[in-house]
Amino acid sequence: MTPSPNSVGAVIPQTMHFDQPLDFRSGTRLDAYDLVYETYGALNSARSNAVLVCHALNASHHVAGWYAGEPDNIGWWDNMIGPGKPLDTNRFFVIGVNNLGGCFGSTGPKSINPATGEPYGSDFPVVTVEDWVEAQARLADRLGIVRFAAVMGGSLGAMQALQWPLSYPDRVGHALVVACTPRLSAQNIAFNEVARQAIVTDPDFHGGHYYRHGVVPRRGLRLARMIGHITYLSDDVMAERFGRELRDGHIKFGYDVDFQIESYLRYQGDKFSDYFDANTYLLITRALDYFDPAADHGDELARALARAKASFLVVSFTTDWRFSPARSREIVRALLDNKADVSYAEIDAPHGHDEFLLEDARYHALVRAYYERIAGTMGSGA
Amino acid sequence: MSAILTLLRADFALIESWIAPGSRVLDLGCGDGTLLARLKRERGVSGYGVDIADANVLASLERGINVIQSDLEAGLSTFGDNSFDTVILSHTLQAMRHTKRIMQEMARVGREGVVSFPNFGFVKNRKQVAAGRMPVSEEMPYQWHDTPNVHLCTMADFDQFCTDLGMAVIDRRAFTDNRELAEGDPNLLGALAVYRFRKR
Repeated sequence: MTPSPNSVGAVIPQTMHFDQPLDFRSGTRLDAYDLVYETYGALNSARSNAVLVCHALNASHHVAGWYAGEPDNIGWWDNMIGPGKPLDTNRFFVIGVNNLGGCFGSTGPKSINPATGEPYGSDFPVVTVEDWVEAQARLADRLGIVRFAAVMGGSLGAMQALQWPLSYPDRVGHALVVACTPRLSAQNIAFNEVARQAIVTDPDFHGGHYYRHGVVPRRGLRLARMIGHITYLSDDVMAERFGRELRDGHIKFGYDVDFQIESYLRYQGDKFSDYFDANTYLLITRALDYFDPAADHGDELARALARAKASFLVVSFTTDWRFSPARSREIVRALLDNKADVSYAEIDAPHGHDEFLLEDARYHALVRAYYERIAGTMGSGA
Repeated sequence: MSAILTLLRADFALIESWIAPGSRVLDLGCGDGTLLARLKRERGVSGYGVDIADANVLASLERGINVIQSDLEAGLSTFGDNSFDTVILSHTLQAMRHTKRIMQEMARVGREGVVSFPNFGFVKNRKQVAAGRMPVSEEMPYQWHDTPNVHLCTMADFDQFCTDLGMAVIDRRAFTDNRELAEGDPNLLGALAVYRFRKR
């Protein structure tokens, strides 16, 4: 992969240290923590053009551009964000942040617990989408951003974009909610549970304190990624890309790789287990499971969303069976019930849940048009 | 298509006159959002356009209106009961399969409905049928084999349809050559019919 022509270029992650304790939904508290983030573009003088981009399960603060000396280390949403791109960094000041509990520099299970002098491991608090939004709001405070022009995300990132107008109704103008669901289904939770079981039953897991043993539960993490990956792709795209194609041209009457899809999943699993932290995986899948804004409102999503003042763009993809269009329509229905400003697009695209990361012309044109609208309402002050 | 657009604008002006300032409007089959954008600008309405086509959703978004991508044939389940003052179905009814259901759905989600459609009873259409051919006109510029229109009707048919569905017709007008018909039998002389109705 090479950087796209309209890249933000070489970027440098930054770290913000926080000393004010953060109380989590679970009742636990973190006395101090770091958040790693990147920014692209420039904050205008009115401070009205900031956009927060929230990451999903396995991504990070590295949203766009590349790192000096690592031209292949391209941000996970580089096709969406950059000069002249749908989220145009010539007009918007874009922030990507690694969430708490992550494994890319923000305080998480890998970080040293000051109480023990050892990594937190499984002692790291179970964080929720609401907790992440709280931490992001504190980062915004420190960056001098009172109100975001927009908060945007796909999948778990979209849950944060949806939570923002609920946690801080006056601090976000627009929410772009892509490939989202208002709550996980039993099936979604089931897949997460299989992934977690793969990790916690790995003999190298050591109750989450594998760091002190100098090992990582690689086999579990690998399986977790494999099962997750299946849910990100549509049946059609798997059929098209792999079908029943055999790696070596013939079946071998054994249990090693026969089919290309097996080879692909193993490769994805291996790659993932090289860089991702198992405790973070557990924690993030739990954040997914627990996200349920309607739970405190008699299971009525419309009531939960009543406090939102933002305008919304909700986008789903027809072949996404993980968070299907029907789930996005629940969000739209709840917003409509509140007479909110909402637009909804259901894009007929082949790739399943992963489509939100891909460069689909219709999808990108919609996002571009929506940011055009946002730009028209935010005032320049540039 | 430009002839249709010109003609549509004639019914747009009438529809606009039926919309109370500041009211809530749902525009079904909103196309590129022209009508709703106009109502927003001229009448200060709030509301949504609904369309199934990707290009129309994008155009509506670019025009600055709220748009919901949805298939009208599947009903309006995304919209709650009585959530709009007016529900508009402009130049779309004749191309719908579930004609009865969309009328009932319009009555469910809105206080009033507005429907416009090409009047099959228009004299030029009758003449073409009398001459043994399917009508092709400005309002129905399609050959029989490539038309999206599946449920064409006359104004007399639609009057009966409203009665059967328990809808009260508040107003009905006809347009020909981009002008509102001032006198004569609209079912004979009107090319485009525009109805305003509500639940009885």
